[in-house]
Amino acid sequence: MFDFEFVKPSSIVEAARLLGGEGAQALSGGQTLMPTMKQRLAAPSVLVSLTGIAEMKGLSVAAGTLTVGAATPHAVVAAEAARVFPALAALAGGIGDPAVRNRGTIGGSIANNDPSACYPAAVLASGATVVTSKRRIAADDFFQGMFSTALEEGEFVTSVAFPIPEKAAYVKFNQPASRFALTGVFVAKFAGGVRVAVTGASNNGVFRWAEAEAALAKSFTADALQGLGVDDSDMITDLHGTAAYRANLVKVLTGRAVSAAG
Amino acid sequence: MTQVSMTVNGKPVSGEVEGRTLLVQFLREGLGLTGTHVGCDTSQCGACVVHVDGKPVKSCTVFAQDVAGSSVKTIEGMANADGSLGTLQQAFQDHHGLQCGFCTPGMVMSSAALLADNPNPTEAEVRHHLEGNICRCTGYHNIVKAVLTASGQPVAAE
Amino acid sequence: MPKDYGIGASSKRREDVRFLTGRGVYTDDMALHGQTYAVFVRSTVAHGRIRSVGTEAASKMPGVLAIFTGEDFKDVGGNPAGWLINSRDGTPMHEPKRPVLAHGKVRHVGDAYAAVIAETYQQAKDAAQQISDDTDIEELPAIVDMRAALADSSNRVHDEIPDNQCYDWGWIEDNRAAVDAAFKSAPHVTTLELVNNRLVPNAMEPRASIGEYFPGTGDYKLTTTSQNPHLTRLLVAAFVLGIPENKLTVVAPDVGGGFGSKIYHYGEEALVLAAAKKLARPVRWTAERSESFLSDAHGRDHVTKIELACDKEGNFLAFRTETMANVGAYLSNFATVTPTFLHGTLMAGPYKVPHVYVNVKTVFTNTAPVDAYRGAGRPEATYSLERVIDKMCRELGLDPFEVRRKNFLTTDMFPYTTPVGLVYDTGNYHATLDKAMEMADVAGFAKRRADSAARGKLRGMGLSTWIEACGIAPSNLVGILGARVGLYDAATVRVNATGNISVMVGAHSHGQGHETVFAQIAAEKLGIPESSVEIVHGDTSKIPFGMGSYGSRSLAVCGVAMTKAIDKIVAKGKKIAAHMLEAAEGDITFEDGKFSVAGTDKAKTFGEIAFSAYVPHNYPLETLEPGLEETAFYDPANFTYPAGAYICEVEVDEGTGKVDVVAFHCADDFGNVMNPMIVEGQVHGGVGQGIGQALLESTTYDENGQLLTGSYMDYAMPRAGDVPFYNVDYSCQTACTHNVLGVKGCGEAGAIGSPPAVVNAVLDALHSGGHKIAHIDMPVSPGRVWQAING
Repeated sequence: MFDFEFVKPSSIVEAARLLGGEGAQALSGGQTLMPTMKQRLAAPSVLVSLTGIAEMKGLSVAAGTLTVGAATPHAVVAAEAARVFPALAALAGGIGDPAVRNRGTIGGSIANNDPSACYPAAVLASGATVVTSKRRIAADDFFQGMFSTALEEGEFVTSVAFPIPEKAAYVKFNQPASRFALTGVFVAKFAGGVRVAVTGASNNGVFRWAEAEAALAKSFTADALQGLGVDDSDMITDLHGTAAYRANLVKVLTGRAVSAAG
Repeated sequence: MTQVSMTVNGKPVSGEVEGRTLLVQFLREGLGLTGTHVGCDTSQCGACVVHVDGKPVKSCTVFAQDVAGSSVKTIEGMANADGSLGTLQQAFQDHHGLQCGFCTPGMVMSSAALLADNPNPTEAEVRHHLEGNICRCTGYHNIVKAVLTASGQPVAAE
Repeated sequence: MPKDYGIGASSKRREDVRFLTGRGVYTDDMALHGQTYAVFVRSTVAHGRIRSVGTEAASKMPGVLAIFTGEDFKDVGGNPAGWLINSRDGTPMHEPKRPVLAHGKVRHVGDAYAAVIAETYQQAKDAAQQISDDTDIEELPAIVDMRAALADSSNRVHDEIPDNQCYDWGWIEDNRAAVDAAFKSAPHVTTLELVNNRLVPNAMEPRASIGEYFPGTGDYKLTTTSQNPHLTRLLVAAFVLGIPENKLTVVAPDVGGGFGSKIYHYGEEALVLAAAKKLARPVRWTAERSESFLSDAHGRDHVTKIELACDKEGNFLAFRTETMANVGAYLSNFATVTPTFLHGTLMAGPYKVPHVYVNVKTVFTNTAPVDAYRGAGRPEATYSLERVIDKMCRELGLDPFEVRRKNFLTTDMFPYTTPVGLVYDTGNYHATLDKAMEMADVAGFAKRRADSAARGKLRGMGLSTWIEACGIAPSNLVGILGARVGLYDAATVRVNATGNISVMVGAHSHGQGHETVFAQIAAEKLGIPESSVEIVHGDTSKIPFGMGSYGSRSLAVCGVAMTKAIDKIVAKGKKIAAHMLEAAEGDITFEDGKFSVAGTDKAKTFGEIAFSAYVPHNYPLETLEPGLEETAFYDPANFTYPAGAYICEVEVDEGTGKVDVVAFHCADDFGNVMNPMIVEGQVHGGVGQGIGQALLESTTYDENGQLLTGSYMDYAMPRAGDVPFYNVDYSCQTACTHNVLGVKGCGEAGAIGSPPAVVNAVLDALHSGGHKIAHIDMPVSPGRVWQAING
């Protein structure tokens, strides 16, 4: 790992100032960034830890919306969202392993937008709003393809506001080595419709499966998915599965998520 | 170099570190606490698990400066005050839950955290909880058995 | 009532206390005054010609003390192959030099061509990066696929080996015509092509070495992660660096697992010694896991076509195999014996098959060296046999249990000479199969299958019956077969003046629990508490000699050596006692720690005899030397032949292709059992690794020779949630007939017997769902299962 200056601000304002500097990089839980730095694939000169900012931590509920501070570790979401948004809590409780969940944060996860990460599926399926150090971004605008987001240089996520669905479930099929999602599907049913977001499967990162949303809006049952085809032309083929296999998983897991959501 | 201070196994400690110094390096090289091991470089194997403010973390994926001021517990702090093995450690010995011993400190620290949160885990919960700790020797059988026994529950397996 | 002491007791492991409290001392745990850090510069291309190694800028970087390249070692020896194999035409195998650091060419990704020594690890790392950036390597086409490697003589891993073939071995060549004739006239022939997937051993402790040099005496010391410190000393001293053997001490302290990968000598060990001499300071190196993936010796990697000839009732008439075995870019120390004598000689299994012929071609490729990994050759043999038998049963509509039963050797047939040259001394294969079927409740399977179906899962049951040759091995025999080492072992039993014991053993424990088990045996034989016995291993300066631990040999060879040394102690004790008790030596008996005059109450305790040996005031000095210390070397008369039957049950999720192992039953015959708890643990671990091979672990190089599974992000290690509790039994015991302990060895069993049981179970499940699939290669991953179902 290349060396750097480590700083740990205590406010969003201070963090924003530090991240405006040359070569500065935000550090959240570090569970992805640090292995990358060990391989010398990232070389920030200043690393700005966001985990000391109290206003970026914790959960709050108001008017049907659950807001999660960006620096909230997965383990806290798993425990504290269990009553208000159980599907989100279950997703958080299935990321990595217990030690990873005590460090990794929602902000770090969605800012990185790993195509196999779990959180982007929840954010997109819930139609959440990503709140940053500069603005509010709708989930549909935030994710812009593999490892790419709407975040600008120096901008960082401060919280995520989730509209709480009537019913929801996340079903993940583990990549056997990394335990990231080989494919994961988050299904959320709202009064106004159904949103289905898929992670792990596409070369373009997390995406919504529009045909399934339309079918499920008419009938929120696994059977409603019968006959739907999944286009595998943009799906990932790697050691752990072909595009066709992932397309199959999208369909199978969506059905299982609908059944699990009840 | 920056001065960093924290509490390790109940004792205040401090030392000089770089920005890139990992918690595990501070523990092993700075403090000579070599019970915490490094088995991988991708935050997967769990040999380096310690507790920071009561929660298990992978000390190879935490910068020392990021946990300044925290209370850290390592495998060296797990025995009883008189030096005898604690209940969980004793269960690992009684049930042959270790062979080469390299993953063992991480296994014990992870398992201790589980039992603190969930004093009566099911077999499935134990296995799920240990997903971030890799052992190549035991096939996990006796580790799971040791954790279940340490929780005071009867164990169905031989 | 189980024993609570000595042989056969489940004594708790004494080594556990230090491991459970963080006080184990592994190589990387040692801090030495004045230590320096080595970092290796490794090739990022699979195959290339080195034009220049860019050391100049790096040499001026902060903290850099020395840089070594292949040029520095071009005049010293190479790391030799430990076993000479001849091809079918009698020509000896190709043995390209394996240098300390690559010179001229790099031959696999991870091949080290330079090393930097610096004051700190980070400085060495920075300088290594600089050298890598400044080095000019002309990339050559990578040779990855074995078939292509054999076919294309224009592209060579080693310029002097035209077809990239190490040897083309036939076993037994003289039998080939008879085997072919048996196939010609056979009523049925089943053919199966399969891959025994390449594995990365992944001991959890990465390799590490510390070199020291003491200018005052000219002594060297190597502290290293070795299963086999004496062999490492021999290779470094006599073959590579030319250090007198008596000036080099090799210490293998606590070692965090080996599974074969730490048997061998590696270039890093020679480098830290050479660097320590140059700098007169300790030089240390610890592999990062990513380095381990690229540079540890891998295992397996066979591509096999196996044919089974039989009659319509399933009676075996002949087996015939053709295998390509990958040895990687260089010959690791035992790379040549693993696919030959550890594989081909097991191709008769536990069966009375009259004709067997095995052909193995080993191939050089631009991949990491491949060598023995837990089981070494025997898992490959077992997998081929048990898979083709299963396929035959399906083709002929026969019951797989019955087919094994009718082909098993029976207890009246021992000793039995197999058509592939081994002499099985004893066994009872029907007993272990019966036991496994009882444990698995085979009769209740239909109901369990129905229960699984109700939950939407396909359930399958798979059987594997296995045998291996271990306790390696008779030196005269292996010598005839090409071994360049002896395979005896040694132990010194030192009785201290106060009556406690230090036993120096040549076996090395890196998880097996020798400190406990060897003490149990010594304590029982001498009638003293286990706590009075200390087992010393892993230090060439303390131990007479040893050939280390692998091939399930520790007890069957070194344990027997220790027993023989104890016999000498007792014999000498009787002489001392006879003198002290004023009786004839022939009248002295030794029992329960006491030397007694037969038929009287006159006796001396073991402690009194020990004291007398060191304070010989009343002692037969004119006929007997004082002191009480004996050494024995033991060379076994034969291999040992553990065997058993494994039954696996799986559930398959047709929607995702995921396989869950829901039950695993092992009935093994290990001969006499010294510590049941440890035996069970060995089986658990082996089965865990076998399930890993069967379902999870894939070592994949792309066409450019880049390792795609170079970290735990892509190489799927079995985790706690991937495996069930295992049901283990070792009550079917036929004692080994040729060693005094009657032990056979249990370390590799689980890894040998389990993969075919798992794969057979998956195929059984799929067939029950109407999916007529003949074979799926390991790892039987969800994607592969789904693909097989969906064409």
